Amino acid sequence: MPIAPGCVRLSMGPHPLRRAAQAVAAATMAGEPLMAFVWKRLLGTIPSLVGVVVLTFFISRALPGDPAAFFAGPAANAASIASIRATLGLDRPLPVQFVSYIVDLAQGNLGRSLTTGQPVLTDLLERLPASLELSSFALLFAIGIAIPMGVWAATRINGGVDHACRALVTVGAAFPTFFVGLLFVYLFYFLLGWAPQPLGRLDEIAFSPPPRVTGAYTIDAVIAGDWPVLRAALAQLILPAISLGLFALAPIARITRAAMLEALSSDFIRTARASGLPVRKILMAYAFRNVLLPVSSVLGMVFSFLLGSNVLIEQVFGWQGVGAYAVAAVIASDYAAVQGFVLMMALLYVLLNLLVDVFATLVDPRVRFEG
Amino acid sequence: MSLVTLARNTGYAFGENRVTLVAAIILALLTLFAILGPSIAPYDPLLTSATTKLARPSLAHPFGTDALGRDILSRVIVATRLDLGMAVSAVALSFVLGLALGALAGYFGGWTDRIIGRAMDTIMAFPLFVLAMGIVVALGNSVANIIIATVIINLPFYCRFARAEVNVRRELGYVEAARMGGNGPLRVLINHIVPNILPPMMVQASLNMGWAILNAAGLSFIGLGVRPPTPEWGIMVSEGASYIISGEWWAFMFPGAALVLAVFSFNMLGDGLRDLLDPRKRV
Repeated sequence: MPIAPGCVRLSMGPHPLRRAAQAVAAATMAGEPLMAFVWKRLLGTIPSLVGVVVLTFFISRALPGDPAAFFAGPAANAASIASIRATLGLDRPLPVQFVSYIVDLAQGNLGRSLTTGQPVLTDLLERLPASLELSSFALLFAIGIAIPMGVWAATRINGGVDHACRALVTVGAAFPTFFVGLLFVYLFYFLLGWAPQPLGRLDEIAFSPPPRVTGAYTIDAVIAGDWPVLRAALAQLILPAISLGLFALAPIARITRAAMLEALSSDFIRTARASGLPVRKILMAYAFRNVLLPVSSVLGMVFSFLLGSNVLIEQVFGWQGVGAYAVAAVIASDYAAVQGFVLMMALLYVLLNLLVDVFATLVDPRVRFEG
Repeated sequence: MSLVTLARNTGYAFGENRVTLVAAIILALLTLFAILGPSIAPYDPLLTSATTKLARPSLAHPFGTDALGRDILSRVIVATRLDLGMAVSAVALSFVLGLALGALAGYFGGWTDRIIGRAMDTIMAFPLFVLAMGIVVALGNSVANIIIATVIINLPFYCRFARAEVNVRRELGYVEAARMGGNGPLRVLINHIVPNILPPMMVQASLNMGWAILNAAGLSFIGLGVRPPTPEWGIMVSEGASYIISGEWWAFMFPGAALVLAVFSFNMLGDGLRDLLDPRKRV
């Protein structure tokens, strides 16, 4: 596929900001400014969104499971199920049901939860910050360890870090997240006593949650300037975040290592070496930039994993997020709640992928030409 | 291929890589457990006992007993059949379905390709574990539906893989020749193209097995599919989890370790197969 010749050299640009400016300039020259790309990509998410909405609709209505029977509960008879079916509109033809489903969605109406009695959307929005807080810390942990690790492993093949990197990738692929979470609880809570009891986001007996601004306890505690609560919230957060992040770490470290190896063996690095540039500059200024694009391309997979495994980790640590809510809903056959959860996670995932793509074009303008 | 050549080739394959050999041996053992299951377990996996609740690992109970006094070793052994069975059937089904859909999309292109591609994109638009949860809840909470959910979330990988492989081969000389010889499109696809993409697909499948096991175990960990008292590794870990805080580690550790062992062996075997088939992909 044709690549504009100037673009490859752009990765040698001296400063990230200037490089970004050059990227925008290059794109504009090619007749497509950055914003146009973002809009195009935004339009590109529409089919995914339609697919997500249609699939969640089919999951809930067209499959053999009977929502009316779920709503009616175990003690229901045929007549009460039929009347519930009528009130839910399940006796109407599928296309009609689909339209009313879309109308409900557009109004943000995801139905009412059986267990909490509240609208599902309210429930989900109340718990979402907790999950996002956990996932973000996990992701920060993963990226913060994986990228230096991958770079280091690539510069010293078969060295200690390289072996650690490989071991981690193997472990990350073979251990169930929930099992690692439980192992950590046993090791750090029961045996060593370093971690607090794994029951939720804050020791509610000793501390009261900070006033809600964002819903994430750590951020709210910083806003309120309540340092003991921040400390306590971080203490609760650290084990679940690490056990979740460990699994995001493996793919990022592997791809960083591979991309770095490839970059280091390319001509422009040889030239830079031959010109006698300092090693640090070769690694950080020239080789490392080529890692960002492959890393951003695995991020999609990493997000899929994080959003899914969140459910398991929240269950292990009693974390009051959307995942634990969904598990409780699953056990109670709380249909609307599960469906709302699936829909919300899918929308979040589509959004995250969009952000990853925009990031990818910022670090490498070639993406736009190839797109 | 004669049996002797087969044996020699197998010997060569494992001689290269000791880890693959170990993985194959572990998997053979697990398969044995899965087949013999209840007949080699020392106790009845469902037999509760009020006197031996949460007993430490001992000679009588090498893996200890759980909160209902059931022997954990027996439960771990008996669970092998269910855990491997779910994963193997899910992978086999998604292999066949994904191969068929991907081959059609890759060979015919056009609308077939667009519709199948769009359907796969829609599946991939969900975080996969979350989608599996949704599917199991919607279809009803049963083991069969865990398998169906695992098939659906695995389908895109096989389908895309098969599509890409068929697409490259569609215009190759031997395919053109087969077409010129008067073979219809389906015949060309089934007799001439598909046999050539089977080996790389098999590697995909064996790499995918571990993931399928983890997925099924994850679903049963949160209470989907398998019902207690059925022995299954995921649900056993979840049952044992409540006793970690008081230090009874054996109830969750052994079923979890069995899970890790099975997944690890499948991954290693898959890696070994891949190296054998395509040495360039070795990292």
